[in-house]
Amino acid sequence: MGRPEPKPAADARLSALPDGTAGWLAEAREAARARARALGLPGRRDEYWRFTNPGPLVAAGAPGIADAAVAGDAEAFAGIDALRLVFRDGVFDAAASDAAALAGVEVVRLADAPRAGWARDLYGRLEAAGHLPVPRPLAAANTALAADGLLIRARTGAARPVMIVYRRSSGSSDGMLHHCVRLDAGARLTLVEAGTGAARLTTVTEVEVGEGAVFHHIRAQGPEEAPVAATHLFARLAARSEFRSFTLTANGRLTRNEAFVEIAGPGALAHLAGAALGDGAFHQDDTVFVRHAAEGCESRQVFKKVLRHGATGVFQGKIHVLPHAQKTDGYQISQALLLDEDAQFLAKPELEIYADDVKCSHGSTAGAIDATSLFYLRARGLPRAEAEALLVLAFLAEAVAEIAEPDLAAAVEALLDDWIGRHRG
Amino acid sequence: MLEINDLRVELEDGGKAILKGVDLTVKAGEVHAIMGPNGSGKSTLSYVLAGREGYVVTGGGATLDGDDLLAMEPEARAAAGLFLAFQYPVEIPGVGNMTFLRTALNAQRKARGEPEVSAAEFLRIVRDKARALAIDAEMLKRPVNVGFSGGEKKRNEILQMAVLEPRMCILDETDSGLDVDAMRLVAEGVNRLRDAGRGFLVITHYQRLLDHIRPDIVHIMADGRIVKTGGPGLALEVEQNGYADILAEVA
Ligand SMILES: Nc1ncnc2c1ncn2[C@@H]1O[C@H](COP(=O)(O)OP(=O)(O)OP(=O)(O)O)[C@@H](O)[C@H]1O
Ligand SMILES: [Mg+2]
Repeated sequence: MGRPEPKPAADARLSALPDGTAGWLAEAREAARARARALGLPGRRDEYWRFTNPGPLVAAGAPGIADAAVAGDAEAFAGIDALRLVFRDGVFDAAASDAAALAGVEVVRLADAPRAGWARDLYGRLEAAGHLPVPRPLAAANTALAADGLLIRARTGAARPVMIVYRRSSGSSDGMLHHCVRLDAGARLTLVEAGTGAARLTTVTEVEVGEGAVFHHIRAQGPEEAPVAATHLFARLAARSEFRSFTLTANGRLTRNEAFVEIAGPGALAHLAGAALGDGAFHQDDTVFVRHAAEGCESRQVFKKVLRHGATGVFQGKIHVLPHAQKTDGYQISQALLLDEDAQFLAKPELEIYADDVKCSHGSTAGAIDATSLFYLRARGLPRAEAEALLVLAFLAEAVAEIAEPDLAAAVEALLDDWIGRHRG
Repeated sequence: MLEINDLRVELEDGGKAILKGVDLTVKAGEVHAIMGPNGSGKSTLSYVLAGREGYVVTGGGATLDGDDLLAMEPEARAAAGLFLAFQYPVEIPGVGNMTFLRTALNAQRKARGEPEVSAAEFLRIVRDKARALAIDAEMLKRPVNVGFSGGEKKRNEILQMAVLEPRMCILDETDSGLDVDAMRLVAEGVNRLRDAGRGFLVITHYQRLLDHIRPDIVHIMADGRIVKTGGPGLALEVEQNGYADILAEVA
């Protein structure tokens, strides 16, 4: 594959492990460090990095962001009742976080890993098993190096969502967070993530969804313009479990969202959706792999991007059906709405099917706002900008519809409305 | 109210001439019908009046209450009171029928300096008008025209007209695709709106609609021009004899 050797700066980081992480965590980190070293850094020639330049993600330091551009603490989901856990510039902020516990849910900071022995079977495990169909060196490096993170275990149904709020104060912070989430059999948990966590933020989230458990994940990235981010979501689904993940990406200079979902038990459901909004210096990449390794499971990938003024959207998605995963129902759609001629959408939709009794479909389109629809709305009196806004929201509706919680869906719609209102013409 | 003078229109793409000097005046309180062979330019006339892109006006003009219609944006024409019931209503997935109609009504009211209609008031207005057109509530919840049958789409156009209460209504083959009962409902919808302040231009191929909506004046359009104008009897003549005689007579 001709992978470049790790650059000296990255190598130095790999050598400098945080102290005081004895026991299983240290072992997991050590193994990950060896993995990361062997994998090297991602490069433009790698199969899934052709559309996205990993440069800013692998550079020695975070990009410098002018002080004037440092974000306020406005929160995407301010109105939502949740257990709030705050990270600022990649470090847990206990003072800003809710102290109260959430019944049925255990939350432990990564630094206190010895208190969460259960996480031993999860930390770095799903990442290590998720280098399919290609390696994910940034994720391995994160497992080795992550400075902070949360270990969350839901034993029963959580009454409120757990919300991780990311804030940024520094113009050069380089955050690296690693979260583990485990849902015991029959448990329910909604995990919300919101905000820009650092000038450069790299996250890995490993999610183990037990039998019949229900995991919902709603994430809002942005609306800061300058930061870069790479996220990795690894999930393993047991029988009859449900996994739904929705990501809104509004702005951000470079965002790479990777997901690897292994459907390991029969009758499970995995839905991944995204709405990306970019205007100008914006490069957003969803790289999603769903692996059907059990019978009778359903997966959906619904990714929509609205792009203008040179913004670039990337979608790489695969539905992989193993020979024994009969009765698989797989669906994948990726679409871009190009609001001008400068915007571009690069897509690599893939089906890889080894079972014979399956129903799988995929589609990918890029196009402008439909002139006939626009005229129809204007002929009824809607001003052009309002008509366009309505059509942009309509374009995104299929992705937003994947959010199961009405209050979170409404909050996301408000964020979309707000973005569209600020980016007219 | 609506005055069209020697209107000449070409397609932007390729420059084909479609309207070759249309003259037509609809006064407030009048109902005019336009009939004419397929491809004679009836829909083109309605689109040009409503402000669709893709046409070049090469001569003449059109005014609504003295204002230059062709210089206005489509939304401004709507706010000024022009309404086109489309021959082919457009499906818009993802946009709810009710959201669309309320946004449209309030946008028009705002443009005219009138207060917006509250959600509750709007709901009451739509329910009333929908009932009269036998449009069920379920249909209103769906995205604009998505999954509507041909006849349902046409009834939805008339519902929009009833809610928006425009002063100059152009109906392009609203009767096509309607069953006999729906045709009567649509005609009643039109007749309810008829008053001294309102004008109608009804494009149709059939006498049947005109049995319900009695036009004051009937025009025949052929090859981009109004070639003959008469009373209601002209429509009956077309129904019985087709266009051959009329076209021969004016040639
Ligand atoms: N966008 C277009 N591209 C090419 N030709 C067009 C276009 N629009 C209209 N025309 C042509 O212009 C002529 C008039 O079309 P128009 O739709 O106005 O006719 P019409 O009188 O409404 O016909 P019908 O009774 O069939 O609805 C036709 O010959 C049609 O093919
Ligand atoms: Mg026509």
